[in-house]
Amino acid sequence: MSKYVVAAANEILPGQRKLVNVRGRPILIFNLDGDYFGILDRCPHQGASLCKGQLVGLVESDRPGQYNFTRNNEIIRCAWHGWEFDIRTGKSRCEPEKIKATQYNINTKTGSEIIEEAYEAETFDVAVEDNYVVVHL
Amino acid sequence: MSPSIMTKGAIDCDIHPSVPNIEALLPYFNDHWRDTISQRGVHDLQTIAYPKNAPLTARPDWRPKLGMPAADANTISTQALDTFQTSIAICNCLYGVQLLMSEDLAAAFASAVNDWMIAELLNKDPRLRASIVIPTQNSEMAVAEIERVASDPRFVSILMLVMDEKPLGRRSYWPIYAAAQRHNMPICVHAGSAYKHPVTSVGWPSYYAEDYASQAPAFHNMVSSFICEGVFSEYPDLKVVLAESGFSWLPAHLWRLTKFWRGLRAEIPWVDRTPTEIARDHIRLTLQPVDAPPTSEQLERLMDHMGSDEMIIFSTDYPHWQFDGVDVIPDGISKELATKIMVENPKNTYPRLQ
Repeated sequence: MSKYVVAAANEILPGQRKLVNVRGRPILIFNLDGDYFGILDRCPHQGASLCKGQLVGLVESDRPGQYNFTRNNEIIRCAWHGWEFDIRTGKSRCEPEKIKATQYNINTKTGSEIIEEAYEAETFDVAVEDNYVVVHL
Repeated sequence: MSPSIMTKGAIDCDIHPSVPNIEALLPYFNDHWRDTISQRGVHDLQTIAYPKNAPLTARPDWRPKLGMPAADANTISTQALDTFQTSIAICNCLYGVQLLMSEDLAAAFASAVNDWMIAELLNKDPRLRASIVIPTQNSEMAVAEIERVASDPRFVSILMLVMDEKPLGRRSYWPIYAAAQRHNMPICVHAGSAYKHPVTSVGWPSYYAEDYASQAPAFHNMVSSFICEGVFSEYPDLKVVLAESGFSWLPAHLWRLTKFWRGLRAEIPWVDRTPTEIARDHIRLTLQPVDAPPTSEQLERLMDHMGSDEMIIFSTDYPHWQFDGVDVIPDGISKELATKIMVENPKNTYPRLQ
């Protein structure tokens, strides 16, 4: 598995997202309360760019007429047909076991770790003291 | 094997006794309503849903010289049960109860029709069962009527029309569904209208052919309404029988509904699995009138699209003219599937038949 440095951590603040390109793959990186998540920027339905979608909350229900709204801005809703995907898992809300957005392993590393472990950082100047977002492919 | 033997022992889930005339019901009204009917000159409550002279309304060999078809137990026993050698037949009495504007009058008529069915049909042939006729105009009164007769195990379901005053999933109807679940009865949604609205959503059609064909879109609407309003989420044991609905349209409609639900499910979060899956668990459809394609290969494909062999339940739709002779099981239905449709599926749909 290769690891790619795709952004400085402070480029994507909590609640923000960034579209990066790793070896030809468009990958959408999210920061949810300091945790980074990445999904392929392609809706599994008809290939729309998920990046253009709206961030929404999770609506669940115990019985008709009851709306439980949680996890605000943790779901991305595709701009084309409204399918919702859980940013934390890539799974769709409608049929989570059947319909999923491709998910990537994302974490953060310090500049010194990156330099020591010789990560691929093609387009980056890595500074020892900063943190970086790393995609595992 | 002759077809008459093929249906031997089958459970016929949709036959239509006719109330012979208003006089037949009079003994089942109290003095006030009997007088009201006389004073107001209520001479009949037959509707335009099945016009008396329309060929569809009664098969020629089941049409009497005088009066209404299927209007007494002897006729029904001979023509419907003996002919097909069925073990049980469920009476869905289509009478204009749901059309009345007065809730009180509707409740009185519903009770009269149910009591007439007990005395004139159920008490006369042990093979007969019935759906409870209810005044859908008022859910509280409808529940009262269900409670009044539900202790009689020969009532096995509750009758509603596919085109009532409102979409049937709306919450104002839910007390009826609670009662149905409580008493182990499915709701039988039959073709027909309470005529509170035109029979198409854009107005009245010109011809009877259009009217009859437009029942199917009404059934589409009701399937959507039951599912989207969350009736099956609230009443997980409830089943809905669509009677005289046809069934070829169902897979395409569910495909469409499921497709839109994927993008709009947040609007109806209680629908927590695909409408297709919900329909397979809760919706059943009667066999006649068969609107299936002609060849067995095509019919197999249709069954494959339905994704379940448990949804169709046997019916003759007697005395409506849907087929001739005893050709009630269409070509292309395998013997194995026919057996399921005729006995197993009805028993699983109507707990009171077990």
